[in-house]
Amino acid sequence: MAQAATSTRTIKVEIKRQSTPDGKATTEAFEIPYRPNMNITSLLGEIALNPTTVTGAATTPITYDSNCLEEICGSCAMLINGKAMMACSALVDKLEQPIRLAPLSKFPVVRDLAVDRSVLFENLKAVKAWVPIDGTYDLGPAPRQFPQIQEQRYPLSNCISCTICMEVCPQFNDVTGFVGAATIAQARLFNMDPAGSVLKEDRLRALAGDGGIQECGFAQNCVQACPKGLPLTEAISDMGRDVFVQQVKDLFTR
Amino acid sequence: MAATPRIIVVGGGLAGLSAVIKIAEAGGKVDLFSIVPVKRSHSVCAQGGINAAKNLKGEGDDVFKHFDDTIYGGDFLANQTPVKAMTAQGPAIIDLLDRMGVPFNRTPEGLLDFRRFGGTLYHRTAFAGATTGQQLLYALDEQVRRYEAEGKVTKYEGWEFLSAVLDSKGAARGICAMDLRSMETRTFPADAIIVCTGGNGAIFGKSTNSVVCTGSAQSALYQQGAFYANGEFIQVHPTAIPGEDKLRLMSESARGEGGRVWVPRDKNDKRVARSIPEADRWYFLEEWYPKYGNLVPRDVATRAIFKVVYEHGMGIDGQPMVYLDLTHIDRATLDRKLEGILEIYEKFVGDDPREVPMKIFPGMHYTMGGLWVDFNQQTNIPGVYAAGEADYSIHGANRLGANSLLSCIYGGFVAGPQAMAYAKALPAQEGDGGHAAELARQKEKNEALLNNKGTENPFKIWRELGETMTKHATIIRYNAGLDEADAKIVELLERYKNVNLSDKSQWANTSFAFTRQLYNMLELGRVIVQGARLRDESRGAHYKPDFPERNDEKFLKTTKAAYKDGAPAFEFEEVDTQFITPRPRRYDATA
Repeated sequence: MAQAATSTRTIKVEIKRQSTPDGKATTEAFEIPYRPNMNITSLLGEIALNPTTVTGAATTPITYDSNCLEEICGSCAMLINGKAMMACSALVDKLEQPIRLAPLSKFPVVRDLAVDRSVLFENLKAVKAWVPIDGTYDLGPAPRQFPQIQEQRYPLSNCISCTICMEVCPQFNDVTGFVGAATIAQARLFNMDPAGSVLKEDRLRALAGDGGIQECGFAQNCVQACPKGLPLTEAISDMGRDVFVQQVKDLFTR
Repeated sequence: MAATPRIIVVGGGLAGLSAVIKIAEAGGKVDLFSIVPVKRSHSVCAQGGINAAKNLKGEGDDVFKHFDDTIYGGDFLANQTPVKAMTAQGPAIIDLLDRMGVPFNRTPEGLLDFRRFGGTLYHRTAFAGATTGQQLLYALDEQVRRYEAEGKVTKYEGWEFLSAVLDSKGAARGICAMDLRSMETRTFPADAIIVCTGGNGAIFGKSTNSVVCTGSAQSALYQQGAFYANGEFIQVHPTAIPGEDKLRLMSESARGEGGRVWVPRDKNDKRVARSIPEADRWYFLEEWYPKYGNLVPRDVATRAIFKVVYEHGMGIDGQPMVYLDLTHIDRATLDRKLEGILEIYEKFVGDDPREVPMKIFPGMHYTMGGLWVDFNQQTNIPGVYAAGEADYSIHGANRLGANSLLSCIYGGFVAGPQAMAYAKALPAQEGDGGHAAELARQKEKNEALLNNKGTENPFKIWRELGETMTKHATIIRYNAGLDEADAKIVELLERYKNVNLSDKSQWANTSFAFTRQLYNMLELGRVIVQGARLRDESRGAHYKPDFPERNDEKFLKTTKAAYKDGAPAFEFEEVDTQFITPRPRRYDATA
């Protein structure tokens, strides 16, 4: 087996592992037989089929989050060669070896490459990222909406909650408590909806103050790293303006 | 009678979330269980759109035509009552989604835009770019988050359903589930449960499905006494991108917007696709099916591609691939209507489909069969409901494109209120309702797996299962092959007893959870191949060259599998055909 491997092409991978949230992190190295067009998730699947390190030591399959494998569910974000990316759309042929895999650094590690990103879903509650419909009974169609509004909203609605924008943001940390770009973009999305805008002021107030939109340092890392190309900085600047106007209004009326 | 009905919904895709919303709205308490955070459910993978006969294009479409197309597309195997109800509710469901803020594409006048899809001649498919499933799921996810914030819904994300808790009379009193982090296994009480756990693509190894689509929950319930119906009906989507780890869907909307399928007329043609002139291209779907062209139903298109590749030997460069061509459509239109899927092709294949025809091949896509349910979405286990792809009810022998999203929402909207009504009338449970016994049974299974000293790698067993299922139980089926597949699964079940977990830890042990699912996949695999073996006819997606015709006399029946003595036992049930008389299904007719 070891001899056969040396004569064929292989992929070298180093994976940062951690068996529990409080456990010590270690790195394990693997060598996987090469096949064209592999992605990182198929590489991790190969390890599960034969969980043996490069030194021949038996180990366990890698724990990581994944589901759709086509970059739409947002599960498999991780650090690949130090860069926050989706593992499913990260193609081995385009990566420098050894490929280094590590969990996202700004979120609590669950195990190996899996992290706890539930903070994003809590943030979405705080900004009321929904349209408060009257009920699910048949009330006829929604108001007409020009294609231009749809064309503005749709890109923001493509957010897959991968949290890469938060991972790469220098302001997203325990000190600032910043909500991050994804949440601000969702607040913007619902403020643009003709019916969703009924909660506009609540959303703007939720984004005012500590941890809110003022924490953004305009590093613009988010918009560069977003795998779905969301116009994040545009959404932040639009919301920044609206939050400011709301604060001024509230100063005089509340 | 329970004061406030407490309902458990398992699965947070479109069907599950639809049920949750209806229950919360009606004042019930819901516990929502999902393996993944619900926003990451497989519904996000749906691309092309959702059908409803809104008739906004002046074509004279109506809900009866939608009903007829669905029944005809499903080769008359679906019971007609629920399909009629679903298609009738289609327009109202679209309106509701619109009110929830789904960014549907619009016409210049601000109305919903509609496109064409397979198996119909009408523009009946509402869409949000080519990520409609994602947009619909998010809209429902947002409404559920709102109810969660109001304390009406409790989410158990990262918990896996293991089984139903059944009382001494066989009625559901809760579920047993496992926390995929702490690996804690416990039971949860409920007056009724709704199972919305999607399809079972993982049984076929590689498919267009997500990782969680194993069919494990449905299989567990089947092993607890639920009927599994029409298991042999598996949709193989004509246009998928073959991949190392999965087959990535290339939406039917590509053809709905004018995409054309072709191969070079000369199999030795080495020219670059775009430089091959029209006269040297064989648009075989348009030639064989002049009326529907590239928009024949999926089973028909899939068999045609299979025939071109394997019988005519005309695959591109001798490979099992044909062209799906969008390059004649202008970029702006493509970006406005199909950007999501074009990006998938670009990212995973590396070519720009606006410039280069895509190379595609059929791939396992959808589970028409599923848990047997009555017209109120209740299984034969009292208090256990099912909805969405996990149930068998709507699509018969072949699902039409863009009907799945509608059937999920419709099924959830029926199951939710029905489960509430059932729960309100439910007598108080006797004793512990079976909780202790079920917990003990599941813990025993866990212990057995963890203490097994065998040598079999579960992932290898899975790979072999996928290979045999794909080979024998997808596009073309022969009885000898199906027998071989069943024997193979029996062998794999035997080897499973000797399985070895390389990871025996009790924290976020994904291979342990997977190995539990694998057992259920194997049991359900037998239902699929044996059901196919018994059905000596061809109907919809089920095609046997040795029995090429539909046989209504013998097989216009629902297949029902029950788990008896460790194997499937089959019975057949009459199909409700009270509204539309079955007629021959001929998409090649020109009239």
